[in-house]
Amino acid sequence: MSFFKVENLGIHFGGVVAVDKVSFEVKRGECYTIIGPNGAGKTTIFNLIGLIYPATSGKLFFESKELTNMAPHKVADLGIARTFQNIELFEHATVLQNLLIGRHRHRKTSLWQELLFTPSVRAAELAQREAVEKVIDFLDLAKVRDSLVAGLPYGVRKVVELGRALATEPRLLLLDEPSSGLNPEETDDMAFWIEDIKRHLGVTVLMVEHDMNLVSRVSDRVLALNLGAVIAEGTPAEVQAHPAVIEAYLGKTA
Amino acid sequence: MRFLFKTGYAQDLRLFKHGGQVFWYGLLLALLLGAPFAVGEYGMSQLHFILIYSIVGLGLMLLVGFTGQISLGHAAFLAVGAYTEALLQARGVPFFVSLPMAALFSAALGWILGLPALRLKGIYLAIATFAFNIIVEEVLARWEGLTGGNSGLHLKPIELFGMDFGGDAGFYYLCLALTILSILALMNLLRSPTGRAFVAIRDSEISASCMGVNLATYKTLSFALSAAFTGIAGALYAHKVTFISPEQFTLLQSIELITIVILGGVGFIHGAVLGAAFIIVLPQIISLAKDYLPSNIAGSGLQAVVFGLVLITFIIFEPLGLYGRWLKIRTWFELFPFYRQGMFRRQKSYMKSERLR
Repeated sequence: MSFFKVENLGIHFGGVVAVDKVSFEVKRGECYTIIGPNGAGKTTIFNLIGLIYPATSGKLFFESKELTNMAPHKVADLGIARTFQNIELFEHATVLQNLLIGRHRHRKTSLWQELLFTPSVRAAELAQREAVEKVIDFLDLAKVRDSLVAGLPYGVRKVVELGRALATEPRLLLLDEPSSGLNPEETDDMAFWIEDIKRHLGVTVLMVEHDMNLVSRVSDRVLALNLGAVIAEGTPAEVQAHPAVIEAYLGKTA
Repeated sequence: MRFLFKTGYAQDLRLFKHGGQVFWYGLLLALLLGAPFAVGEYGMSQLHFILIYSIVGLGLMLLVGFTGQISLGHAAFLAVGAYTEALLQARGVPFFVSLPMAALFSAALGWILGLPALRLKGIYLAIATFAFNIIVEEVLARWEGLTGGNSGLHLKPIELFGMDFGGDAGFYYLCLALTILSILALMNLLRSPTGRAFVAIRDSEISASCMGVNLATYKTLSFALSAAFTGIAGALYAHKVTFISPEQFTLLQSIELITIVILGGVGFIHGAVLGAAFIIVLPQIISLAKDYLPSNIAGSGLQAVVFGLVLITFIIFEPLGLYGRWLKIRTWFELFPFYRQGMFRRQKSYMKSERLR
């Protein structure tokens, strides 16, 4: 049984084939990275996995359960969380509230209990808070805990978004360009965290990334895309040396 | 300036964050409880309206301020609450049954109105709710067998467990209790998962959905809850004015209701109450001012002009509303002399590329 499998996934927007029959498999506990030049269809694949776009063709399996025709919010219930390339946080809420929203799938209380704030709601809220504090400790977010996201710098927001995804206690974590917009130091931190997430939290990571330094540092396997189609798959070193990948990035020698 | 020293997670769940708040809200409550002994008949009547409109404001705040959905049709829910109360009272149903029924009917209608909201956003949602208001108004005017059409319905004073709540003070305490309960319900909601899901929808639908928030369920729930609050206010409103007819629940009324949240401050519970007080008090100030104005200015259109001007002024100069202004003044004093311009300016959000259609 495979952990996460994508089979012949495809989508076209009008005449533009954004993703063309892409198949790959992610093993439990590994860090799998998708690379490719701009417009290769990397983020589109993420949006297809998140069921934000309906796939034109193909199937998605998570722990042998098919999720192709599920409602989008059910994906989170299965234990798949994601971050966004350009950050989609809840801007007018505090960091703590953002992370608590990550706990949404673990809620147990009903609307009536919440309106009255019964002792069971209080107990549940304290338990959620404790779970969130673990993430805050892990990512070192304690000093911005009560700040509004709208006032935070880009680098910190990126970490908060990672934290929000971790707060859902995912089994598969999708990271869309975790290092974009970060300085070298922040990228370094991000690499540490991704390694820790994989090793210590045991979360499988599926990532889209441009920074080849980061990719070779944390990835177990890499998939290279160009113009919506797979051109190479293998270890980071293998893929970087693959002639089709070099051609896609640098062009053909004359 | 006050620094909160936090020692436990339970501290963040408290309704009052520190002793100062307990003191000031306690004082406010004491003043409100004592009001019937100090305020005349006319003042009491104004207080009734402020409390009733506060409940509407709270309902609208939940929808507009916390879920990010616009409604230009809330007068319809007010009408449903009012008519439910009037019709049930006429059939001898006691108040403690008819009030929840008013809330329930409104909520049901709110849920129905929430369904188109799943596909509509911004101005288009405003137009849909606007149309809803007109439909309800029209139904109330035409369904003469039930609603009495344009000749309206009369209500008797409220009687609850053998006690008469028809008097000024009795009705006032009833309104006050319901307003406080509404505020508590809203605060409770906002510190639990449902309230957070609403805020998530307001700020980013796509990531709310990725966190497992069912957009359809929570949007319709927000409409239903908001309508329930407004339905309760409608029932009280009906008793306050003792006579209801369709022309009290027009589009203009809806706009007045949305003005409450905009003037009060979108996204603050305080804003709902402050906004309600403001739109009740403003007409009184205008009518007082009329005595000092030349007769060609002090015509009947003056109120509409002033309302419009106030609304435009707020949107341009103080989008955070009255409560936002109060926060700024307080911060100015707390930080004196270090307050600087633009401390409350919201940073431009970074580019957003992934959007739900």
